Amino acid sequence: MRFANRGILENHEDFYVFDRTPFQSHTTNLARRPLSATHATSDEVLIGRIAQGDRLAMQVLYGRHHVRVFRFSLRLVRNESIAEDLISEVFLDVWRQAGKFEGRSAVSTWLLAITRFKALSALRKRKDAELDDETAAAIEDTSDNPEVAVAKKDTSSALRNCLTALSPEHREIVDLVYYHEKSVEEVAEIVGIPENTVKTRLFYARKKLAELLKAAGVERGWP
Amino acid sequence: MMSANRNAVDREPTELEALLPFHAAGTLNLRDARRVDEALANDPDLARQYAAIQDEYAETILLNESLGAPSSRAMQKLFAAIDAEPARRNASFNPVMRIVGFFSSLSPRTLALAGIAGAVLVLLQAGVIGTVLVKDRAGSNFQTAAFPAQSTSGTFAFLRFAPDAKADDITQLLSTYNASIVSGPKAGMFRVQFGDQALPKQEAEQLLKRLQAEKIVSLVAAAD
Repeated sequence: MRFANRGILENHEDFYVFDRTPFQSHTTNLARRPLSATHATSDEVLIGRIAQGDRLAMQVLYGRHHVRVFRFSLRLVRNESIAEDLISEVFLDVWRQAGKFEGRSAVSTWLLAITRFKALSALRKRKDAELDDETAAAIEDTSDNPEVAVAKKDTSSALRNCLTALSPEHREIVDLVYYHEKSVEEVAEIVGIPENTVKTRLFYARKKLAELLKAAGVERGWP
Repeated sequence: MMSANRNAVDREPTELEALLPFHAAGTLNLRDARRVDEALANDPDLARQYAAIQDEYAETILLNESLGAPSSRAMQKLFAAIDAEPARRNASFNPVMRIVGFFSSLSPRTLALAGIAGAVLVLLQAGVIGTVLVKDRAGSNFQTAAFPAQSTSGTFAFLRFAPDAKADDITQLLSTYNASIVSGPKAGMFRVQFGDQALPKQEAEQLLKRLQAEKIVSLVAAAD
């Protein structure tokens, strides 16, 4: 299997120049999402301590966010080993850049922006040829492919497979909005695109998802 | 209302339609969330699309959760790299974060004591300022630049000055008669007070006659 990664390689520059809007807290599933309003404040304090060389603060911040960073990068680079390497790179950047963090947006947004930049850089280093079937198989989830899933009347499984089959550009925006629960403004900051583009890109990602599902024989009533 | 389902493949999303995924994730502001809620209540197609979005939302979470977690290798690698970094002494750090860090480093007890001390200081300061103000007010006989408070005693008359009367002449007249203008002009007449004691009727009449004889006075009338 081969992954189209050209689209996602765009807009990777100026990845640090995103911290321009005030942080908004929003409704969230706290059990899954580590970033409550009080947590956000604590994250900022941790960043402050990290800027002064506090190693313990770094461990706490790492504990809170490393799984999300890993999953986001894994969805982008599709290679567990590279995704793990990216975690340490991302947090090492945090260690080095903490003094420049202005606190105008959530720390998690900053982390995802750094992760995205690192992942794109990693993808650029790898030639398309290196993204071979073997690599893809290494990160392929254990669920069935769309056709098999439909045969089993398992719409959920088919949906997850089709989510995996989206282009990197579409996968990224779907993950940021649904899994990382980022607002329009935050996604715009992380990806480096206008807010209207965030909305339309997600709309087209959803349309693509519907097409993939339809091709696999799943009708959901939309579009 | 426009159907969200119509020609979905070939068109741009409507404004509300584009907000649906963010509504599902709970990341809209209150105003937009209300707008979407109202639209969902009135548009069955939009509601159907929202149901599909909720499925996508749930499955995206499941998919990401199924990705597992990284090994401890990542953390070891990170802290090995951090240990290899040059020691940092008061790295450049923005002042706001420094202040936040300072306050967060204080214990709740210390913060509470500092708060009480601050409140006492503010109260003391307010007391000092208040005392100074009251003292100043009591010590000075402050008067406005307007007319002195109108006395109820004295002899009053309405005067109309001649059209060609000059200000100097009027000032001179008022000074001569120990008078002051109390109000006016009203219908061309000024109410003027003479002295600070009411004159006997006879003397008052003589005063009016003398005034009437003045060149710059065209009309005089007694006033209460």
